[in-house]
Amino acid sequence: MSTKNTILKTTNLSIGYQSKKDRTTIATDINLELYAGELVGLIGANGIGKSTFLRTITNVQPKLDGQININHKALEDYSNLELAKVLSLVLTESVASKNLSVFELVALGRQPYTNWIGNLNSKDVEIISKALQQTNIEDLKHKKCFELSDGQLQKVMIARALAQDTDIIVLDEPTTHLDMYHKAYILKLLQTLAKDTQKTVLFSSHEIDLAIQLCDRLIVMTPNDVVTDTPCNLIEKGTFETLFPKDMITFDTTSGSFKVKK
Amino acid sequence: MTSPKTYQFSFIILLIIAMSCFLVNLSLGSVSIPIQSIFTTLIGGELPNDTWRDIIITYRLPKALTAILVGSGLGVSGLLMQTLFRNPLAGPFVLGISSGASLGVALIIMGASLFGGLASFLIATKWSLVIAASLGSFLVLLAVMLVSVKVRDTMAILIIGLMFASLTAAVVSVLSYFASAEQLQQYIFWGFGSLGDLDWNELLVLASVCAIGILMSIFSIKSLNTFLLGENYAKSLGLNIQRSRMLIIIATSLLAGTITAFAGPIAFIGLAIPHMTRQIFNTSNHKLLIPAVMLFGVIVLLICDSIAQLPTSDYTLPINAITSIIGAPVVIWLLVKKRKMIF
Repeated sequence: MSTKNTILKTTNLSIGYQSKKDRTTIATDINLELYAGELVGLIGANGIGKSTFLRTITNVQPKLDGQININHKALEDYSNLELAKVLSLVLTESVASKNLSVFELVALGRQPYTNWIGNLNSKDVEIISKALQQTNIEDLKHKKCFELSDGQLQKVMIARALAQDTDIIVLDEPTTHLDMYHKAYILKLLQTLAKDTQKTVLFSSHEIDLAIQLCDRLIVMTPNDVVTDTPCNLIEKGTFETLFPKDMITFDTTSGSFKVKK
Repeated sequence: MTSPKTYQFSFIILLIIAMSCFLVNLSLGSVSIPIQSIFTTLIGGELPNDTWRDIIITYRLPKALTAILVGSGLGVSGLLMQTLFRNPLAGPFVLGISSGASLGVALIIMGASLFGGLASFLIATKWSLVIAASLGSFLVLLAVMLVSVKVRDTMAILIIGLMFASLTAAVVSVLSYFASAEQLQQYIFWGFGSLGDLDWNELLVLASVCAIGILMSIFSIKSLNTFLLGENYAKSLGLNIQRSRMLIIIATSLLAGTITAFAGPIAFIGLAIPHMTRQIFNTSNHKLLIPAVMLFGVIVLLICDSIAQLPTSDYTLPINAITSIIGAPVVIWLLVKKRKMIF
């Protein structure tokens, strides 16, 4: 706990949408730090701004106010290519061409490092093989993407992000469309990867009970504020009770999960 | 990316087929010339028959070379559009290139009476048609590009291209309505497409522009492969979306625009060739697809042209009709066989 390496830091960050006339603020005063080698879950109700937050820190949409630093450098000072070398994404959208083989798709993660025509050198191939190995998809290597199940495809997308060799991997709802087993499998995989590779893995999810069990820390977005802490501390503080309107479900502190009101 | 060596054999076979098609294409026509004599002419030897030499040098060789340029150029521009728009039905003409060219040509041929003296002076010269077609496709494309700077969605650009096509088609209809029978005939003949109208100077211009277009496509290989993931992923991989997209669009318009200007609108090649290629080269890697599509385009267009010549007869069928007669069933067959088009 002593020497934590800060990878991403936000200071008084405001997120939302800015058009010519209107300014829709979704959340303000977000102050948090993400460290190397930790798995961080981002949870909150629908429409609370999880996606907006992820889009803002990954430079897909502009912030409204405040400061985002990655590796002690302001996000706006990164070029697209520089950012691609420190931050990789796994999005909810499926890839455009399902005719790519698994190896080809994972290899595209090396794009920021390859030459003008995209040739892979031996180091690239080594990193790709390692990514395939770490996600247990070596036997799928030559399959086409349209032949894969949703769970397999998600592993491939994670392997692609690994091959991009970045300090941070951001995943937008990586467990949607997956069954109970694969939800747990993917999140467990992310936990292992964060430990083994010392990368910061940040994901948004609605699987609150799984996130409580597996994450090092959680970012909880509630209507009032954004809280970042370890799952145990959050349960003690009662943060989860403020997550949803209280008319339907309540948080059970002993089991660490939500129960439907009888 | 995965073991490109496995396709070496296919490439060699395709190359041999392309060369045979080239020779067969030269030997077939209203007069049949033995392949041996074609060899002799090509390496500059003496022929027993001087007429044969004339036929080959002034007529058949430029036509075969045009077929090669048109086939490879349209094939590549179709491939670029299918990847950029992530749409297997996209072709080089989706951006309104061919409709722009048609408009230019229609204005020259049929609008002459409207503009009076100056335009009628230009009528019927080959170069005026080429310039009108180039200008027309360039202007329509420019309009599409100006709009596309404002619209960031690639699908919207596709629809805007189609709308411009409808708009120009409407203007052409109005012009046709007021045109005389001869003007209408001349316009329709341009629409048939023709590979055989180019002399060596025109061929040189076409070849240079095609070379630039292909070169730009080669420089786009990396971004094309990245676009296979979709635009958001492409951006997260550090790709400059706007610039890459512009380079791809310019390459397409150079290829398809110039080809249409010189050879008329040639249907289906741009759409069908990439799909036929993917039957043999089951990959999405553009490093393999671009040369493969070029070879396939060359082969198909040489065959189409040989058929259009109606060997041993004096008739020549419109090349545009032949490419459609071959292209449309192929696309239907692919859909029925594969049930879906992959790209």
